[in-house]
Amino acid sequence: MQGAAGATRAEAESTEQQMPASQPAAAPAPTSPPADERRAKTIEACDLNLFYGDFQAVEGVGVTIEPNKVTALIGSSGCGKTTFLRSLNRMHELTPGARVEGRITLDGHDIYAKGVDPVQVRRLVGMVFQSPNPFPTMSVYENVAAGLTLNGGRMKKAEKDEIVERSLRGAHLWNEVKDRLDKPGSGLSGGQQQRLCIARAIAVEPEVLLMDEPCSALDPVATLAIEDLIGELKSRYTIAIVTHNMQQAARASDVTAFFNLEETGKPGRLVEIGPTETIFTSPKEQATEDYVSGRFG
Amino acid sequence: MQTSVDIPPLLAAPAGGSLWRRKLVNRVMTGLVVLAFVLALLPLFSLLYQVVSRGLPGLDWEFLTGTPRGIVGGGGAAHAIVGTVVITAVTSIISVPIGIMAAIYLTEYGGKGRLRRWLTFFVDVMTGIPSIVAGLFAFALFAIFLGPGIRLGLMGAVALSVLMIPIVIRSSEEVLKIVPNQLREASYALGTPKWRTIVKVVLPTAFAGLVTGVMIAVARIVGETAPLLVTTGIVDSINTNPFEGRMQNLAVYAYSEYRTPGVMKQASYDRAWAAALTLIAIVMVLNLVARLVYRRYRTEIR
Repeated sequence: MQGAAGATRAEAESTEQQMPASQPAAAPAPTSPPADERRAKTIEACDLNLFYGDFQAVEGVGVTIEPNKVTALIGSSGCGKTTFLRSLNRMHELTPGARVEGRITLDGHDIYAKGVDPVQVRRLVGMVFQSPNPFPTMSVYENVAAGLTLNGGRMKKAEKDEIVERSLRGAHLWNEVKDRLDKPGSGLSGGQQQRLCIARAIAVEPEVLLMDEPCSALDPVATLAIEDLIGELKSRYTIAIVTHNMQQAARASDVTAFFNLEETGKPGRLVEIGPTETIFTSPKEQATEDYVSGRFG
Repeated sequence: MQTSVDIPPLLAAPAGGSLWRRKLVNRVMTGLVVLAFVLALLPLFSLLYQVVSRGLPGLDWEFLTGTPRGIVGGGGAAHAIVGTVVITAVTSIISVPIGIMAAIYLTEYGGKGRLRRWLTFFVDVMTGIPSIVAGLFAFALFAIFLGPGIRLGLMGAVALSVLMIPIVIRSSEEVLKIVPNQLREASYALGTPKWRTIVKVVLPTAFAGLVTGVMIAVARIVGETAPLLVTTGIVDSINTNPFEGRMQNLAVYAYSEYRTPGVMKQASYDRAWAAALTLIAIVMVLNLVARLVYRRYRTEIR
């Protein structure tokens, strides 16, 4: 399995070289051959209610996030997209007072069931955050290996080297940083830092990758690089991405879910979910149409 | 205010001399602030000058290496220097782990609970207690077990810990608070348990700040006199064992040289000043070390 993965990464590399040059705006990301043995997992939310103390942030959401597809979550600020995303790897409950009602299953297993260790869930469901957050005390190499070393796993140097290289190649960052693996991770540019964070997330081989507005702090070129990367990663992972950028949702995702809230102070709800093309061209709901066409009031 | 250039009405100063008045107020305020600054520094420079000019004559090799010689006086303060180092070291060994762990509790585990609020309140109270009270506390504590009249280096360290722990907690708490939550979340998202996140991510990120805080706390307690007077006592010979016998320290030494000078009074006074100078030098070295550590290990936190 790892051999096959290495091969696809190597192919990916050649496309990467031309990256900094200007690319056609909506170039579809090259998808690697589906020869990959690895089968990503479905994550499913059912009748989900999320609370911060007394405040209900999300109400009655039911979504199936399918494997090997990119699911985009769109909607206005404060409608609960990020809260929903954070409930998928049990990060939501880290906020004091936060509560979860309903069911979330990973390949049919309830991740909120009694006795399930949230730490284990987070190993299976990785996350990339809004602003790049490499560990400032660690080098590029250590950042990528962080998921392995932080968990205290002992590992041979050669094995670790291989995982670091594979993850960095997978995140389209290897060529840019291979000569400065021992330099601090915070010394990279914003776009490189975000790709470093993606490398760090995929180094632990999660089943699902959650991305919370991963490009909101990046310039258009870096954004494009990340979008290409997302398109490629979906062959191996189940991906959910929160974005405020409608073009991004249209470009990078296969499925789009639109969240909305009736008014401030009310919980956010899932309005509509469907294939990205349908959502952007002929949505069922008026609210969706208003939002994606920019006529949102 | 007339200028040779024509000022368009939009940019012209408002009528009524308010510009003149504003400039005056500005001058006056600047003057007051500078004056306050000078006033604040005057005593400091005066003190430094006094200590250096009076301390240098007594500060020689014999002072640093010798111990007092009988009732005639003379000799040095090696026993006090050694005592200061031992007492400070033992105090740090007690206070730093307790202080930093308490700070970790407050920032990482305390949440908004009642225990946290009470802890914070008592830490605030403890930073304000008079140092002699800390000394009496240690004295009373040890007197219960070892009888009154006991004097130990360890007793002094316990007394100083009462003073040092709250300072370490306060400074460490502030430093841990500014470690961005993003880093903790990044670590959690990799499937790292909380305690590992604290040990491997939060503490290293805060390392430079923690060291600086500890150094400042040490500098604060190294010159304490009153609590040591009642706990470690006065003695004329070198004692490196904090668990047995009296132990001299620089501040108490300076005090006793002045209080009960030898036959040659001026020589005793000189030694008292030299002890004060040595103490200031130690504090300065500690501060320099803190700065170096900070420069070397600080992490850029955006």
